[in-house]
Amino acid sequence: MVNSASVSYNQALEIKNLSRSFGSKQALHDVSLPIPRGGVFGLIGANGAGKTTLIKHILGAHYAETGSVRVFGFDPVTHPVEVLSRIGYMSEDRDIPYWMRVQEIMNYTRSFFPKWDASFAEQLREMFDLDPKQRIRTLSRGQTARVCLLLALAHRPELLVLDEPSSGLDPVVRRDILAAIVQTVADEGRTVLFSSHLLDEVERLADRVAILHEGRVLLEGELDAIQESFRRITLRFEQAFSEAPSILGAIEYRGSGHEWTYVCRGDREQLIQAAKTVKAEVVHEASVSLDEIFVCSVNRA
Amino acid sequence: MQIHIQAQDGVPIYLQVMQQIKYLVASGRLEPGEELPSIRALAEQLLVNPNTIARAYRELEVAGVVEKRRTAGTYVAENGSPLARKERMKLLKERVDQLLVEAFQMGFDLDEVLKLVGQSELAARNPKKGD
Repeated sequence: MVNSASVSYNQALEIKNLSRSFGSKQALHDVSLPIPRGGVFGLIGANGAGKTTLIKHILGAHYAETGSVRVFGFDPVTHPVEVLSRIGYMSEDRDIPYWMRVQEIMNYTRSFFPKWDASFAEQLREMFDLDPKQRIRTLSRGQTARVCLLLALAHRPELLVLDEPSSGLDPVVRRDILAAIVQTVADEGRTVLFSSHLLDEVERLADRVAILHEGRVLLEGELDAIQESFRRITLRFEQAFSEAPSILGAIEYRGSGHEWTYVCRGDREQLIQAAKTVKAEVVHEASVSLDEIFVCSVNRA
Repeated sequence: MQIHIQAQDGVPIYLQVMQQIKYLVASGRLEPGEELPSIRALAEQLLVNPNTIARAYRELEVAGVVEKRRTAGTYVAENGSPLARKERMKLLKERVDQLLVEAFQMGFDLDEVLKLVGQSELAARNPKKGD
């Protein structure tokens, strides 16, 4: 009965008007995010933007002060078993009992997850070249990350939650993690939520993104649509200017003299019309990287 | 199939994949009837979202560059679609423009360039039209 509720649910996650403060610090401010099933959701933000706090709400480690969090339709605080049995989670600091051996941490974690797939776990262990007898304490940083990834994947979770999964890791281990994301979402209907400040990773993998800044969502939506809505347009003015001439529709500018470059969002025609009225012509037009979109959004906040 | 994804230049990845497959078809490096890698295989190879590859394949199918077959595979369309020819023309035009820019910079005029093209050894061999 509980299962049928989750199967019919087409949102993996639904966060509505979530606010949370710790003492005088407002960590999350009116955050609303729909996260559909079957996609990869990239949570972007600087350190301290609220990404980990948001993830802890999803795991039920924090209760929603105002607003609500639903994971496959369940409140993670009141239904921890229903929620946590569906989630594979890898924390940012990858804290697992350092005194255990690889085989022991696998057995231990298995006991929490009825759906643990022992042969898949074994397959991952071999692929990641992990010695079952080795103690966690003696593993390299990359091998520890691989153990955490194995533990998050082996019960084939409906939702994989990765908090800064590749921070501080070498390219080989990063590749394993990105491949795990691709494989998880390639299996029909499974969902990935990952936070990162490495925007090229997000650009490759996410189909939806949200930019979080000081606890607020600045921008949220389909990545392709967001990228296609931003344009960078360079204008050449008849006259030289020492400060950027103001152009309707522009959200960011830089340049000098006759040539100024503007970034606009969705207002391309408006900006080009505005340029004509001040006798400027378009000399270059290009798309805008997620990196620049992030910087523009944060600067305007 | 050789595809390079540039995550930092702001062009959506499905468009990068589309453009590069179009180029491979237009330049003959992918032949009509050739099977493309599966969505999953290409996603794992490029480390991009499988939904992104699916979208690129879908839009290439709408554009007539590739076709889905009953066996669920995706193949380069047979008989070189009209769009493939248009794409080839576009590629050629870019090269012609480049040639003309260089020629003009070196002080040749259009007639001289045309004459040179006519006199080329390759032109003398007069290859039959590839269609």
